[in-house]
Amino acid sequence: MSENIVDKVTQGDYKYGFVTDIETDIIPKGLNEDIVRLISQKKGEPEWLLEYRLKAYRHWCTLKMPDWAHLNIPEIDYQDIYYFAAPKSKPSPKSLDEVDPELLKTFDKLGIPLEEQKQLSGMAVDAVMDSISVKTTYKENLAELGIVFCSFSEAVKDYPDLVKKYLGTAVPYDDNFFAALNSAVFSDGSFVYIPKGVRCPMELSTYFRINAKNTGQFERTLIVADDDSYVSYLEGCTAPVRDESQLHAAIVELVAHDRAEIKYSTVQNWYPGDKDGKGGIYNFVTKRALCKGDSSKVSWTQVETGSAITWKYPSCVLLGDNSVGEFYSVAVTNNYQQADTGTKMIHIGKNTRSHIVSKGISAGRSQNSYRGLVKVTKNADGARNFSQCDSLLLGDKCGAHTFPYMDIKNDTAVVEHEATTSKINEDQIFYCNQRGISNEDAVGLIVNGYAKEVLNKLPMEFAVEAQKLLSVSLEGSVG
Amino acid sequence: MLEIKNLHANINGKEILKGINLTVKPGEVHAIMGPNGSGKSTLSSVLAGNPAYVVTEGEVTFYGKNLLELSPEDRSREGVFLSFQYPVEIPGVSMVNFMRTAVNEHRKYKGLDPMSASDFLKLMREKKELVELDNKLANRSVNEGFSGGEKKRNEIFQMAMLEPRLSILDETDSGLDIDALRIVASGVNKLKSNDNASIVITHYQRLLDYIVPDFVHVLYKGRIVKSAGRELALELEEKGYDWIKKELGE
Repeated sequence: MSENIVDKVTQGDYKYGFVTDIETDIIPKGLNEDIVRLISQKKGEPEWLLEYRLKAYRHWCTLKMPDWAHLNIPEIDYQDIYYFAAPKSKPSPKSLDEVDPELLKTFDKLGIPLEEQKQLSGMAVDAVMDSISVKTTYKENLAELGIVFCSFSEAVKDYPDLVKKYLGTAVPYDDNFFAALNSAVFSDGSFVYIPKGVRCPMELSTYFRINAKNTGQFERTLIVADDDSYVSYLEGCTAPVRDESQLHAAIVELVAHDRAEIKYSTVQNWYPGDKDGKGGIYNFVTKRALCKGDSSKVSWTQVETGSAITWKYPSCVLLGDNSVGEFYSVAVTNNYQQADTGTKMIHIGKNTRSHIVSKGISAGRSQNSYRGLVKVTKNADGARNFSQCDSLLLGDKCGAHTFPYMDIKNDTAVVEHEATTSKINEDQIFYCNQRGISNEDAVGLIVNGYAKEVLNKLPMEFAVEAQKLLSVSLEGSVG
Repeated sequence: MLEIKNLHANINGKEILKGINLTVKPGEVHAIMGPNGSGKSTLSSVLAGNPAYVVTEGEVTFYGKNLLELSPEDRSREGVFLSFQYPVEIPGVSMVNFMRTAVNEHRKYKGLDPMSASDFLKLMREKKELVELDNKLANRSVNEGFSGGEKKRNEIFQMAMLEPRLSILDETDSGLDIDALRIVASGVNKLKSNDNASIVITHYQRLLDYIVPDFVHVLYKGRIVKSAGRELALELEEKGYDWIKKELGE
């Protein structure tokens, strides 16, 4: 019977699967030094950045794709990908009049209006399509406080010293295969700098959209919070429905100085592929925060519902004494999706604390793994960690796995790990049915209840979206 | 309102109900008693549409509609309520959210707009008082960490919220101490009207001291073998179910 209930539901349509018909500036397929030079030239970059890219590219050539994750990754032909695609319109437009109306329409359709007056108050947006940033809103208002919020490309031009100082400090170009690839060919992303003592008065957010065919998206985000500052940052992403898979390999670097706090929230909804596992985004992302200053704090909150393959471990390096790292995650996999995601908490400073809450939800024939490392170095006296990893299964053809690693070199550390695995049972669904609630709504309720602890960490506007997304992603997973 | 004719049902291929006949009219309270394993809970599950059970023969109509053709949620929306013998816990889902979803689904079915948040909270307050449900319980997740008695009280609260036309109380007395039993029964009695009806399923007659039935039926081996007025319950209490078996010549 569980078969019946659990087999029928899974076919919710992907709402964001449309394609924008727009002229695109695209460079030849494939990857070599000339391509790297061409990308750098297209973006009008300074010599030092080109050198950085080339160094990364040469290193990448020596690397092999990692195979340790619990993922079945089809071979990726890196020469069969376009590494740069940009909608043909003026880069860094001064006003909305200069933005192609098709682009505005696209983001409107995604629920991200770029006219400031139409936006949710209290949120500034950087909209990125394929390889370039389309428009950043509220830039001027934020500048009055000394806050820099712009596309990465603009930052390279306007704030070269800041970029030079922090680029690659959290994620060095030789960190891993995908980090090296990104460092060689990265396109656009957001740059944020919060000056000393400033509390950023609005949520900053970047919306990433892949549009062009056979194109990889390699965005790069860098957020620096100076002493005693605070910022909350949101990231959202979608892509059109396409039969062939597309590669997304991003880097996000966060740096928090003394007593600074960064809240980074992601709602990842890249196209997951169809119900037979055809198409979908391959999502290989390196996200890392340096809690550099004393009493600095970084929290990662992620709701992962999209992508055919997800390989992602937002981490915190707790360098400063009394610094705090947090990771709250909900990862949903359905149909043939695969996710291997988790975090690394590296305790180096004294009295550092970390908190991990991971909620995996698997349905269909998907595979969902939590992989987490808690490392306490020799001098990290008084380190504390608490990890909780829960898995929820819908049906009996999916898999949930937990791979916790601990590497403790200091006797004073207190490290705790709790894990549970549960199934949505038919009794719960029938109970909801008996009160007049349909199967799909019942699954939505139950899953949202299960993920509540994480959803509560999201900023309000986002939490509502995320709740809906969770229900939609599992539509069709229960009959 | 409810007409059951020659109802046969099985679970995992095993026949449990072997031809049930029962008619319930508005305003009536029917008690169904019987020894363990006689099919009492199966009958309530089948009426509510639990997919674990398969109906092989017979028919059930509810206000003229073929109940067996309706999904469990539509049966609920038509006004069939089951108070579960073992209410299910749903962690992280608040009672408020759960009930609001349920109430609004019922309203949608009737072509009504969803209730505003303030109207809904007011309704919850009224019904909580009616069934003496602790405020604390209403703020927690559905049945999570509730004691046995609290769960049963919560069932009656949900019944009050949804105002069903037919309530099926499946062993609502099991696991209750005498005080809890009194509160639950008084809730049920307060909700009673000339327009609704109840089927009270119980093993013991003590619940029937509080919820007075108009008819008592004895279910045995998947069939109703004896029906009479309230006095039948007292007789059963005195003589035990062996008496029925003897009467049947076993």
